[in-house]
Amino acid sequence: MAGTAVRGRLTWQTATVGRVTRETASAVTLSLSVPDWPGHRAGQHVDIRLTADDGYQAERAYSIASAPGEPLAITVERLDDGEVSPYLTEEARPGDQLEVRGPIGGYFVWEAETGGPLLLAAGGSGVVPLRAILRYRSLVGSSVPVRLLYSSRSWEDVIYSSELDMPEYGVEVIHTLTRSQPPKWHGYARRVDQKMLTEVAWPAADRPLAYVCGPTSFVESVAAGLVGLGYPAGKVKTERFGATGQ
Amino acid sequence: MDENTLDGNAIGGLLDEVFGADMTMAVSTCGSCGAVSVVAELAVYRPGLGTVVRCRSCDSVLMVFVSLHGATCTDLMGLASLS
Repeated sequence: MAGTAVRGRLTWQTATVGRVTRETASAVTLSLSVPDWPGHRAGQHVDIRLTADDGYQAERAYSIASAPGEPLAITVERLDDGEVSPYLTEEARPGDQLEVRGPIGGYFVWEAETGGPLLLAAGGSGVVPLRAILRYRSLVGSSVPVRLLYSSRSWEDVIYSSELDMPEYGVEVIHTLTRSQPPKWHGYARRVDQKMLTEVAWPAADRPLAYVCGPTSFVESVAAGLVGLGYPAGKVKTERFGATGQ
Repeated sequence: MDENTLDGNAIGGLLDEVFGADMTMAVSTCGSCGAVSVVAELAVYRPGLGTVVRCRSCDSVLMVFVSLHGATCTDLMGLASLS
């Protein structure tokens, strides 16, 4: 097929850290420059590998935070007992080099042609691939209606808060703050439950598509809740981060 | 399903390394109970030494990967099919 690039085998490549942006006390966005980056799709991730002086290697998967067409960026939340995230969130500086493999994944991906309406549900840093979807929707001028239900411990833990404060036309952002709330908070203040999903999620009759990302317990509970509301299981795409102390 | 359970998305890079293509959209059939699932939805455990992939319906082990010195040993004996 003319114009169709045949993708080579995934290999580890050297990435150079560019801009470092602190999002919250524990989360940082790193822009990464990778020679010959083939481009990515909204919702994909990369593997990052660090090698210690003694040769010990640790690798972890991180969602891509930037839209297709934008420079590669990841947002990383620090896990105190993590092997990779403490370096990425506290030590990494512009010019540092690390190993990257990607882009990875074809399942937790949204293309403009896929349509909607979209229900995006994020627990903590599970918002990262969903932000890539939102930015991509904006870049391609899609008018697909979107609701983002975003669960954070407190307002200070909300990643991309200034961006999410001014959503594009057709995008609604609904926060729930599970642990502490600012004064005069009128929004949700509890874990996502069935009542909240009933209030926030598009009715199943609208034939919505859902993307749920976050800690495993969050994803299990939200996905089961959506299926309970009549969403076909095949229309609820999930990505689990494991236990993150959320 | 414990808190540390991941899913097939998390091992997309490993699977690509082993199979030479994106496998997260591939469809697996459990050799024990016959459950059919996209790989992205399978339960994945990474206890440190390796990676264990289990069926979400019956919890049977479908795939095991152990990487050492740059080589990855692969056991797919729990699968009836993968396509």
